[in-house]
Amino acid sequence: MSGILAFGVLALVLGLVLGLLAQRLRGGDEDQEVVDQIDQLLPQTQCGQCGYPGCRPYAEAIAAGEADINRCPPGGEAGVRALADLLAVEPKPLDPDCGEPAPPMVAVIDETICIGCRLCIQACPVDAILGAPKRMHTVIEAECTGCELCVEPCPVDCISMVEPTPNPQTWRYRKDRLKVRVENRTTA
Amino acid sequence: MRFETAGGPHIPAPITVHQVMRDVLLALVPGILAHLWFFGPGILFQLALAIGAALGFEALMLKLRGARLDLHLHDLTAPVTGALYALCLPPLMPWWAAIIGMFFAIVIAKHLYGGLGNNLFNPAMVGFVVVIVAFPNISTTWVPAQSLAENPLNLIDSFKVIFFGTLPDGLTWDAITGATPLDLIRTRISEGIMLTEIRTDEIFGKYGGKGFEWVSIGYLVGGLYLLYRKVITWHVPVAMLGTVAVLTLPAYAMDPYNNPFPLQHILTGGMVLGAFFIATDPVSGSTTPRGRLIFGLGVAILTLSIRRWGAYPDGVAFSVLLMNCAVPLIDRYTKPRVFGRE
Amino acid sequence: MDAQLGERLWRFHGGVRLPHEKPMSLAADPEFAGVPPVLVVPLRQHRGDAAEPVVRVGETVNRGQLIGEAHPGRITARVHAPATGVVTAIERREVIHPSGLPELCVEIETRAGGTDEDLPPLDWQTCDRQALIDRIWEAGIVGLGGAVFPTHIKVDPPPETPVDLLIVNGAECEPYIAADETLMRHRPKDVIRGALMVARATGAARTVVAVEDQMGAVEHILRKTERDLGAEDLQIVKVPTIYPEGGERQLIRVLTGKEVPSGGLPLDVGLLSINVGTAVAAYHAVEHGRPLISRMVTVTGRGIRQPGNFEALIGTPVSYLIERAGGYDDDIRKLVMGGPMMGVPLPHDDLPIMKATNALLGLVDYEVTRKAPELPCIRCMACERVCPAQLLPQQLLWYTQQGDFEQVEAHALFDCIECGCCAFACPSQIPLVDYYRYAKSEIRARAVERARAAHARHRHEVREERLEREQERRARRLQKKREKLRDRKAKQAEIQAAIQRSKARRKSGEESDDAL
Repeated sequence: MSGILAFGVLALVLGLVLGLLAQRLRGGDEDQEVVDQIDQLLPQTQCGQCGYPGCRPYAEAIAAGEADINRCPPGGEAGVRALADLLAVEPKPLDPDCGEPAPPMVAVIDETICIGCRLCIQACPVDAILGAPKRMHTVIEAECTGCELCVEPCPVDCISMVEPTPNPQTWRYRKDRLKVRVENRTTA
Repeated sequence: MRFETAGGPHIPAPITVHQVMRDVLLALVPGILAHLWFFGPGILFQLALAIGAALGFEALMLKLRGARLDLHLHDLTAPVTGALYALCLPPLMPWWAAIIGMFFAIVIAKHLYGGLGNNLFNPAMVGFVVVIVAFPNISTTWVPAQSLAENPLNLIDSFKVIFFGTLPDGLTWDAITGATPLDLIRTRISEGIMLTEIRTDEIFGKYGGKGFEWVSIGYLVGGLYLLYRKVITWHVPVAMLGTVAVLTLPAYAMDPYNNPFPLQHILTGGMVLGAFFIATDPVSGSTTPRGRLIFGLGVAILTLSIRRWGAYPDGVAFSVLLMNCAVPLIDRYTKPRVFGRE
Repeated sequence: MDAQLGERLWRFHGGVRLPHEKPMSLAADPEFAGVPPVLVVPLRQHRGDAAEPVVRVGETVNRGQLIGEAHPGRITARVHAPATGVVTAIERREVIHPSGLPELCVEIETRAGGTDEDLPPLDWQTCDRQALIDRIWEAGIVGLGGAVFPTHIKVDPPPETPVDLLIVNGAECEPYIAADETLMRHRPKDVIRGALMVARATGAARTVVAVEDQMGAVEHILRKTERDLGAEDLQIVKVPTIYPEGGERQLIRVLTGKEVPSGGLPLDVGLLSINVGTAVAAYHAVEHGRPLISRMVTVTGRGIRQPGNFEALIGTPVSYLIERAGGYDDDIRKLVMGGPMMGVPLPHDDLPIMKATNALLGLVDYEVTRKAPELPCIRCMACERVCPAQLLPQQLLWYTQQGDFEQVEAHALFDCIECGCCAFACPSQIPLVDYYRYAKSEIRARAVERARAAHARHRHEVREERLEREQERRARRLQKKREKLRDRKAKQAEIQAAIQRSKARRKSGEESDDAL
């Protein structure tokens, strides 16, 4: 009898403590912080492949529980894992509806075809295209996120996506070779 | 002209895992010879059985996991596991003990944890612990050196005993098997008999058990060879044997009738084998110099505790497995200071 | 203090003993390699920014003429024409670099004749410190030991960290390489004078030249030269040959017992170290006004027919230099720029010699063949025992394979000097350094990506704000227009009303026409 009582009291006290802690740790003010943290993990291509008009809105949707974490192809599987890690949920494969993950690209305007219509400039989410009406436009490679949003509006089809110029800062040492080794390791 | 462009260093490492494991096997030879001398040819069958079973299970698991057989069978890690396991067993252990032990060592402890380099626990000790937990009487059915001197078993006799359980005419199990010295000390001390009196039993030698002390010295010689070959570092053996000496000497000094002399602790049971060959297992041991000191210290304290208060006469195997659990924690808190950092 | 230096030597953790292999190239005296028909001079041969080309295609350049100008305030260095000739191209070419990424190069078709455009000689013993530093800058001197850091920055320490001890590093610890040893053997006067001159430029209180104990007569030669030149305040210290003794931090530790702080500079502990070759190049720049247009290159290895040391012009094709050394042995499998431990493997020999090229090493089949295939790590910690940076190479490997780069950084990856000791000690034959280089490049690339993402986020936000502003402005304008429109309507109504009234008046006054 006394045992039941003791454990009952214990359960009550511990439950209370846990409940209070949960309250404290899940403060209402931190919603914004969660959105920021999610936004930090998104690649900021602003490409809209997730179905939201940019990375921040997608982050807000994830934080609000409205969107899944697997809707960002530029972030790749690694991005999904990072999000899963942050939100303490199971990672899942990328949603194929949103598109395939692809290596980062940059847009290039064929300046001999460009008619200077400004449609691409209006489409670019990061103002990476330079130009004036009736003058040919050009893409600032360093600013381009590779979102491809400019490709479709172009009436003369003069924008193509190409691999960025390699530079020593983003070059990865023998990644291809070592990756093979890492994979071998998991099966060997 | 095109050249190969693999990254540096461009001259390959001069040593291989195969060589390291060959050195370990080589270092076991003095101990095995002493074993052979005092306890008869049984150990040869145990070694053959365990190494054979280890290689068999290794090949099976490699095949199941789709790994390269030639590569991994050549690395000699399975024979080392088998040999260390065999050396823990009584020499007249029935043949199936090696099969069961190696199944748990190679299949469960090694390959189910990810194979070479990934096992959390020392495979040989997992196999041994499974067997002594499942068949607790084996530690009391050792073959004392002394009784063998009276009734020597030759190669064929040993073979028959191990594989068919049939004894030569005129011999009984009781005549050729008995408790190990550690077991005897345990039971007798609990009966209130003074250590000095226990030690007058003929299964004791000068310091440890008769025969056992020489086997331990054999392992010690092999261990020094491993140190010389830089296969192991000094940390684990020194920490382990040092801790035993430091802890048991005051106890002996205070009460020599109930506490064995430090050398007795060191030269009986699996202490020396453990210190040089088992607790130094790189895969399941600590990877930092200070961590290895702690690892050796922990194994020593746990072993002494088990010998003193535990249900088993010796505790090296249990201690090693327990310390294996602590390795990630030890490693985490014993990271060495990086050059140029505080 | 002076007397103590060198009396006691310290030890650094780890290191490995390697076969010496240096006598191979030292049998013959060093030679000038000659002027090849075409030179390809990269404009980034140093740490930092590339130099800007200041010549044009078709222009004739003289030996020693400036062809790449550098920005004085930045980490960069000037580049000069190594020989007289005509510039035939300025374009991106493949150079010696692990990435294989092309760099802007100036191609010069050499020809005989022409004049030298050397700088006016200076008297290093009397001219002031700043003049020395300026000259080192003008001559494009960079560290020739491998790091190719611009020397004018190195020898000009900020006043708050004065140089107590200058270490002239002659401990060329990698096997095979003997470029510095050749200088010390054959041009000891230049080495001693160079050391004294750099000491003067840096304002160092004491100077020491470190040589390895396996270099034999080198120590004796230097001591004799020192006596001949009356430079007794210079100290010559013999250090034990153990790789990577010649590493800056390791040598400092051995000589002084001090540890350069992680992420810091030797200057933080009052030290400066400079390679023997660099000191000689700096000396020539001052004494003879010669910019850095050539360097000593060891061409050696069992894959080379007649190993030797060559004074080669910067931009000389590797193939040309190999020809000078008798060509390749049939068994050659790997060609390396540098030593067998840290050298850069070359895919082919159509690459130019650069300021950092201390050696070309040809390795044959049996030397590079692994003893066994790669196995998983068995955590034996042979790597930990040899790591001079006192890292846990095994843990670094583990976390790199897991892709856990946070832990990789927490285990001090960036303190790794990539010396290769760990890989050389690994019984599992794991190319550990490859993993660390990959992890480093991955971490750097990720940092760049994060910065890019932050930048893109900022630009996107600014754009959104602008669009919002524009929309607001448009809305306001519309509003105003509408208001104005309404105003105008009201006004028009009034006008209309007035017209109507006047009309009415007129109508009432006289029978008007409908023309209005």
